[in-house]
Formats: sequence, C-alpha cells, structure tokens
Amino acid sequence: MKVLKIATAGSVDDGKSTLIGRLLYDTNSLTEDKLEAIERSSKSKGYDYLDFSLATDGLVAEREQGITIDVAHIYFSTSTKSYIIADTPGHVEYTRNMVTGASTSQASIILVDARHGVIEQTYRHFFINNLLRVKDIIVTVNKMDLVDFSQEKYEAIKADFMKLAAKSDYNEQNITFIPVSALKGDNIVEKSDNMPWYDGQTVLEHLELLDTGDIYTKGKLRFPIQNIIRPKTEEYHDFRAYAGKVYGEDISVGDSVVVLPSMKKSTVKKIHFYDKQFSSAPHGSSISIELEHDINVSRGDMIVKENELPLVEKEITATVTWMDNKSLSTGSVYVMQHGVNKILAKVSSINHKVETDFSGVEKNILSLEMNDIASVTFKLNKPIFGDKFKENRANGAFILLDKNNNNTSGVGFIE
Amino acid sequence: MTDKLNVNDLENEAIHIFREVVAQFERPVLLFSGGKDSITLVRLAEKAFYPAKIPFPLMHIDTGHNFPETIEFRDRLVEELGVELIVRNVQDSIDQGKVVEESGRYSSRNTLQTTTLLDAIEEFKFDACIGGARRDEEKARAKERIFSVRDDFGQWDEKNQRPELFDMLNGQIDLGQNVRVFPISNWTELDVWSYIEQEDLEIPSIYFAHQRDTFVRDGMIWTSSEHVYKDEEEVVDNRMVRFRTVGDMSCTAAVMSNAATISEVVAEIRDSKISERGARIDDKRSEAAMEKRKQQGYF
Repeated sequence: MKVLKIATAGSVDDGKSTLIGRLLYDTNSLTEDKLEAIERSSKSKGYDYLDFSLATDGLVAEREQGITIDVAHIYFSTSTKSYIIADTPGHVEYTRNMVTGASTSQASIILVDARHGVIEQTYRHFFINNLLRVKDIIVTVNKMDLVDFSQEKYEAIKADFMKLAAKSDYNEQNITFIPVSALKGDNIVEKSDNMPWYDGQTVLEHLELLDTGDIYTKGKLRFPIQNIIRPKTEEYHDFRAYAGKVYGEDISVGDSVVVLPSMKKSTVKKIHFYDKQFSSAPHGSSISIELEHDINVSRGDMIVKENELPLVEKEITATVTWMDNKSLSTGSVYVMQHGVNKILAKVSSINHKVETDFSGVEKNILSLEMNDIASVTFKLNKPIFGDKFKENRANGAFILLDKNNNNTSGVGFIE
Repeated sequence: MTDKLNVNDLENEAIHIFREVVAQFERPVLLFSGGKDSITLVRLAEKAFYPAKIPFPLMHIDTGHNFPETIEFRDRLVEELGVELIVRNVQDSIDQGKVVEESGRYSSRNTLQTTTLLDAIEEFKFDACIGGARRDEEKARAKERIFSVRDDFGQWDEKNQRPELFDMLNGQIDLGQNVRVFPISNWTELDVWSYIEQEDLEIPSIYFAHQRDTFVRDGMIWTSSEHVYKDEEEVVDNRMVRFRTVGDMSCTAAVMSNAATISEVVAEIRDSKISERGARIDDKRSEAAMEKRKQQGYF
C-alpha cells in the first residue's frame, strides 16, 4: 500500500479539526467506539452537532482549551492509499510545529475561512509550505455554508490567493482550490448539491489522484552511511556491507561511485535487502551495499555517483527556522545534524531575517528568537556533503542541536 | 538478482529507525511483550542488520498474569533467533514492597508494570527502549515522537517535545535520561496484520479464534481466570473468541470471532467497526487514561 503524507494548516477556528474529522467520518474511518466517544462528549458540552475536533485533540490541555497544541498524526485509508495527516496548530507562535509537519509531507491542505478570506496567517502558511517545497497545495475555502455558498466570495478569495502565489519562487508547485463546508460535509468526500457552479473535485477525490512518491524523490543519488554490517560469524567471516537509505535517483549494481570524504572510487558490487539481492534499489529503500574495493568507510560518510558530487564545503549559508526559547546569536556553536552526519557549526553571521508574509527581509539582526526565519552563515569544523535545498530536498536540510541541553533548536535549508 | 527492489514505505522507514538506534545509543533494548506489534518489530530488526544477528537484547516485563500461550511463544522465538532475553517480574516489585497489588472488580497489574520497567532500565543502564506503540492506537500516542525523551523518572513531558523534522532523529541525551523509540509509529493495526501475513510470521495462538471460558462485563468479554476478579453473579460461558491485542489477562478483552487464519484475521480487521483499543479495559478508566500513564513512564 502506498502512503501519502499530508500536513494541514489553518488559523484558530478555521475548522481544521472539523475537516479532518469529516474526512474520517465520511470515509467510515471512525470506528463505533470512537464515534460514541465523540457523540458523548459533544452532547455533554451542549453542542447540537458532532464536534469532530474531539477525535484529533489528544492531550488533556487541548481538550480543556479547545485548541491543538502539538502535531498529532491521524491515519485513514481508502482502497487505493494509506493517508497520514500531520495536524499542525495554526497559532502564530507555533511556526515550528507547522515546519515540522510540512517537513514530512508531500501535500498540504491550507484552510481559509470563507467569511474572512485570505488573511495574514494564510500568507504565513503558504510561505512555510513554499520554504519546505511542499509540492501539492490544496486551498480549501471552508465555511461556505456561512456565506450562502456564494461563488462570488469563493472566486474573490481564489484571486487574492493567486496574487500571493505570484510572489512564490517555486514554479513546480500545484495549487488547487476547493470550496467546502467541513461541518456539513460539502465537497469533502461527497460532492455538494449546494454549489452547482463548482465542477471540480472533492478534497478526497483530489487526494486520491496525487502522486505518493515520497518527498525525497528529487535530485541526484545520495547514500549516507548509517551503519557498517559485519556479522563476525563463521558463515559470513569477511562480510562487510554499508547500511543506509537511498535518496534521489536509483542505485544499481555496477554504478561507479565515490565515497565522501575520502574521495576513493569504487563500484557497487551487491545490493542487499534482508536475505535477497537486487540489481537496483529506488529512493526510500533501506538497503545495504557491498563495494568492489576494500576501502575505509564509516558512519556519516556518503556514497554518490562519480561526476555527481554534492557541495563539499566548510562554510555554508542556510535559511534557518528557529525553534528554541534560547535565542541564536553570532558566535554560538551548535551540533549540526545533516542526515546521519554530525558537524560542529559556529554562527559566523546572521545575514537577514525573512518576513513570512512575503514582505521582504529585515537587516541588522542581532539574534534569532523562537519562530524567526533568517539567512544564517555557519563555519563548520569539517565539510558538509550537502545540496541546495531547492535542488535536493533530502540532502539540503539539517537540524541544529543545542550542545548544552541536546534540544533540537532549529532547522536549516541550504541556500 | 536481476530485480529492482520494490519498496514498502513503512518497512523502510522502520528499518531506518532501527539503524539509527544502534548507531546513536550504547545500550538499546527491545521491549518484547509477545504481542503482534513486538513480533513485527523483531522481524524488522532482523531485516535491518541481516546477516548479522539482532545487536541488542529483548526484554519482557512479565506481569505474571499473561496468557501461557504468549510465554511459550516468547521462549520459542528467542531460542530461534539466538538473542538474549531479559525477563523482569512485576511480582518481584510487589514482593519488594515497591508497588501494591490492586484489588476489587477492575484490579489489574497493568499500571504496576511501569515501576518494574523503570527499575530494569536503571539496572541495565538502558539508554534506548524500543517499543511497538503506534500513533493510531490512541489519541495520546498520536502525539508521540519516534525518539521520545524521558527524564530520570521515566516521565513524558508531552508539551515540551523535540520537533522531528524530515527523517532526522536526534538521539542526544544527558546521563540518566533515556529515549523510548517507536519504529512502527506510522503503522496502523491493519498495516501490522498485512505485514504479518506478507512475512508469514508466527504469532501466539490466542490471536486466532478458539474456545475459551469467558464472562461479559460492561459489554466486554473478559477471560475467566484465577488472575481476573469476578463477581459471583457473573456467568461464565464457553465462547468462540480471539484477542486483538495481547496485554495481561486483566486488561485485555476478547472479541467474538471465527477467524482461524491470518487472512481471515486481516479480512476481519478490515471490516471492523470497533477500534483495537476499544477492547482495552485499561483505556476505559478515563478519557485521559493513556496520557496519565505515559506521563508516569508507561509505554
């Protein structure tokens, strides 16, 4: 079964949880016991409709305050696909959660309240999906029932959003608009009778047609080494294979490869997956490989094809999203985790802060606070084998770890 | 040999996670209950390091109230794999006076496991405990990370979790902390069963339909056993049942079923109207039952 990962973004009260609940309900994914719990809880709160957000808000504090605090993962499937929805909170202060949710998603649903139209928050949601190169954006114009299913309203919102999209530098992105009422179920799974003027797909129909190719498909082959497999048993006395996950294009037996950082050349001799051998393996495969030559390879090294070298640099500039209460400032040192490789990184300059509403940049920044996005230059204690994020989503990102408390404090996208 | 590998996304994600655990931690352990999720984990661990043996021990926290079929199965599997099995008993924690046995109608040793688990983590200085919890099981688990940091007291700070971006896993911890690792976070119950079918994995017989002495309480089917409290007026009948989850007898309810093979079980799950944890008595204690147990160090 193929898996499609989707992130959701919307402001408080845009009806995000209701939309997800509706998707679950209309695809018969809510089991009787869960549905009963929702009915019970809705009734006890005095609602006259089912409050589907109760299906997704898992923490006590969330149910008490009626808000989503943390990314929750919701699962449902149809006969063709399994879906994983990362339900991310929409408050301004939770940019970090939206970035997190979008980082693993192939598609994103952005909610717009039909009464309020495109607002500042919509700018931010779209900006983050752009920054993270999320390929398919579904703009659901929700609460159409509260604007009398007005085509005029819908078209105006669509036009406003397209003006915003014109500011984007990501041309391969697909943007789809769907007018819905999550509460009433219009155009979520079933086609709406209330909007005969809309002849497009419902949300589910659209999702069913999306490509499930995972988010790491694009770009040249990158094979970072996770472990060295050496059984040290009599049967496999001299066996030595390199375990890792394939990113980008396929790896095949016979490929001429280079091992970074030693720059030693070799050829792929065997590709193993469990107890079988294969002639090639596509992106996403967790395989182990043997090379023709006996060369020294360790964790954090990277195997690439000859003539397809990544950047091998000891200084890089990246767009950083800051996620920690402790601010980032010039001179601070972090552990940069790039895939499975760890490097010490010192902030040499904060170049400018990026406004998430597409309004431009702010210069002369001294420090980055939680949820800030900025261009930062780092000096590294050893070279990173990276790619520009825009060219290779898998190999173009890193996380920054605080050396003192080990927190994941930020994420960077190589410029 | 001439084939191109066909990728199962969830399987490859789990193998990637296992390999990160072994690379980033010194003393990992796989928490093995004998249930279908931990059996799936064992197969994924085999695949991650093949042809080398699984490079960490398995540990079972035994409540003493497990189904005997599960224990027999556990011992056989461990022998076949040639891996080390550590068993720690809730009974010992009771005997040492660290926990007090519950009594009455809903008494269970399920929550008592936490103390035994935390003691074992300290005894062996485990820094990573791999478990088979899945986000689709329960709404507090839906918020769980793949690498989930626990403090010195084994506690989960659900409002202050590390963000996990892309597939980069941050396993850096301080001395005394440990990480709970969930390689099949993104699998659903049906994914697990389909995988068991695909891999032709052996599982304990209680997952298949069998005759069992049971009684009905609160709309659920309870096992009749010396370990399960029963009122005198509760009537025991022999029913055709199977179990969807395998916890200890006092917290796992059976379901009526005729599914005798894996493919029949898969078909039954696909059509099921009740969620898996709908048959977990321990979750019915309150809406936040799981969240509370997790804060205290439970899986």
